Amino acid sequence: MSDSTNNLFLEPERSEFRAAPIHHFELARRDFFKLLGAGIAVFAIARNSSAMQETAPGPRSFHSEEPPKEITSWLHVGEDGTVTGFTGKVEIGQNIRTSLAQTIADELRVPFESVRMVTADTALTPFDPGTFGSRTTPTMTPQFRRVAAAARDLLIGVAAKEWNVAPEGLIAADAKISDPASGRSLRYAELARGKTLAQNLPAEDPVTPAAQWKIAGKPVPKVDGRAFVTGRHQYTPDLRPAGMLYGKVLRPPSFGATLLSCDDSAAKAMAGVAIVRDGDFIGAAAPTEREAQNAVAAIRAQWKEVPQISNKELFAYLKEKASSSSEARHRNQKGSVNDGLASAAHRLDATYTVAYIAHAPLEPRAAVAEWTGGKLTVWTGTQRPFAVRDDLAAVFHIPEGSVRVIVPDTGSAYGGKHTSDAALEAARLSRAAGHPVKIVWTREEEFTWAYFRPAGVIEVKSGLAADGTLTAWEFHNYHSGSSGIETPYDVSNQRTEYHPVPLVLRSGSYRGLAATANHFARETHMDALARAAKIDPLEFRRKNISDARLRSVLDATAKSFGWPRKKSQEGRASVSQLASKRAATLPPAQKWPSTAHPAPCASFAWWKHSNVAPSSIPMDCAIRSSAR
Amino acid sequence: MPAPIELEVNGKKCLVNYPPDTSLLTVLRDELGLTGTKYGCGEGQCGACTVLIGGAPRRSCQVPVSAGVGKSITTIEGLEKEGLLHPVQQAFLEADAFQCAFCTPGMIMSSVALLHAKPNPTSSEIIQFLQGNICRCGTHPRIIDAVRQAAKTMQGGRP
Repeated sequence: MSDSTNNLFLEPERSEFRAAPIHHFELARRDFFKLLGAGIAVFAIARNSSAMQETAPGPRSFHSEEPPKEITSWLHVGEDGTVTGFTGKVEIGQNIRTSLAQTIADELRVPFESVRMVTADTALTPFDPGTFGSRTTPTMTPQFRRVAAAARDLLIGVAAKEWNVAPEGLIAADAKISDPASGRSLRYAELARGKTLAQNLPAEDPVTPAAQWKIAGKPVPKVDGRAFVTGRHQYTPDLRPAGMLYGKVLRPPSFGATLLSCDDSAAKAMAGVAIVRDGDFIGAAAPTEREAQNAVAAIRAQWKEVPQISNKELFAYLKEKASSSSEARHRNQKGSVNDGLASAAHRLDATYTVAYIAHAPLEPRAAVAEWTGGKLTVWTGTQRPFAVRDDLAAVFHIPEGSVRVIVPDTGSAYGGKHTSDAALEAARLSRAAGHPVKIVWTREEEFTWAYFRPAGVIEVKSGLAADGTLTAWEFHNYHSGSSGIETPYDVSNQRTEYHPVPLVLRSGSYRGLAATANHFARETHMDALARAAKIDPLEFRRKNISDARLRSVLDATAKSFGWPRKKSQEGRASVSQLASKRAATLPPAQKWPSTAHPAPCASFAWWKHSNVAPSSIPMDCAIRSSAR
Repeated sequence: MPAPIELEVNGKKCLVNYPPDTSLLTVLRDELGLTGTKYGCGEGQCGACTVLIGGAPRRSCQVPVSAGVGKSITTIEGLEKEGLLHPVQQAFLEADAFQCAFCTPGMIMSSVALLHAKPNPTSSEIIQFLQGNICRCGTHPRIIDAVRQAAKTMQGGRP
């Protein structure tokens, strides 16, 4: 493996949450109002930015000023009373198009139906680093609440000026400002008419307390729900701009393969087909998908492959290649694990392995690209539209302002749609073909060429006192990541460590990050320890945890699934039923992709007083845990 | 150029010029613009491309277009009648039985076929019937609720 590859240590948590560069808002104020029509707008500025500190509270218009930079969201009240919220976040099924509109309607005091959200369009919405980490609700929702409150104040201010009264006595409700003293009222649409008023979000602005919310936090029908149940909603793969061609990419035979030679003469001779060869990239665009496929199949390419690690070798490889001295931030130690193990009445050591896992969103990675006079528009299902824009600008050597990325509401992502692969491929083919080009990855491409949740090896050593108190806990995660690696249980002698390993397969962000693997290993191990101590697994956990909040979580969880339930034959029966059912329903000659992975599993080494020879018991934890 | 193939889709006759072994899914989406039927896997494993052929649920990615000749084909776009949703569509909407909704058209088509064959299915029959339709978001409990609700509505005589 080359030196440069050796440096590619995987830290998805860090890359996902890395500080994004601050991009500048490119839309001039007059363009903004030209785009949306006249009305009233409020802009939220990134916290701690100088623009925010300079902003004086209270309504004001900025005639000669450009809109402030570092804007994170904005809201517009149009002359027809339509309220539009703008955010760079994407809708991938988490339902933010509905929940953000609820928040705005609630705080602005307008009907839910009058609010629409414009999301994830780099030409229309403010910069956003991406939709991941479940951050939209905790960060974007409060922001829109403050933006809506400021817009409401602005509307009150306009009405107060109109009536020449003090704003304090005026009331905002039902998309109107009313003056109880005189009985007058003006609708938001009337107040916005003929205005081009814009305001930065005041530093402090009180918002409605949760107890008084009327629309937020209550069930409402999903926005555009009807379009989804009728099939009318257009995901990226459903787009068909006029003159569009279908694109296909010739994939290398394995990871890291480089192109040695290529004969594309037969493909080039096919009518209506455009062939692109650019470095190791080879692709075709054609009027139908089949023609594109046939063209790619007709290309004779020779590749130089590099040796690959097999599934069989994978876990040994990860252990072997782990860096021997991890950085201090990846280590945590308390007391002495050796002392804790020496004083233990029971010891249990185990190794857990976690396979590479594909995100498998039901909508595959897809993009439609269209060039118009040196400007590029790409529709693509991505979680990071602005990063895709930047990638496109960099790869095609054009300014960011010449690239527009639009994200149609997307068929899920699970952390798997952070990269710009399909967008780059469609744009490259489109530029050569002189037509819009659509690329939709096949499921096979999804399972072979999309990045994975990384595999990992987790080793646990532990000791228990005779009464079931944990005396020692040593936990090593190789490769899969450090999220959630610390144990929440009380152990006076403990050591946890994350060992980075150079990438084996293309790996990246994924739902839950490494917490999934670390929780799986830790809690599986805790169950095994409870059995060793002959204590109920819930009691065993309660005994070893002092954090009151976590104890409440355990209690609430156990209650919700009826634990402790009667020791049942039922549970046992369901395991064997499940196992036999699985065997019966497996298709006889299923052709699995080469990257198919085994379920997470564990092997245990057990002994008492550490004088009994350890034995290894392989277990299928996926089946075992489903019996609970 | 192969001879044009005549299809009847959502009650309308149409002629398509595709090689007869082209998948019905491709023809529906790329030729007829009926993009409500989704490509999810191309191997008949995920159910996103489910359509009704002669009332029976079929994975359109696995059906050559030639096999659709002379049969009535219904896609998700064909369920709504004069602005009125099919009870299964209405029930999915009311039960909020989707998140990203990419599986929803296929899920609805399979459910329509189920209720046609078995108007009052038990939960386990619903689960069994919909096994070939994958929802990666995990909305299954609501999907089961929606199908049960639709069954009730349809038995109550609504369209």
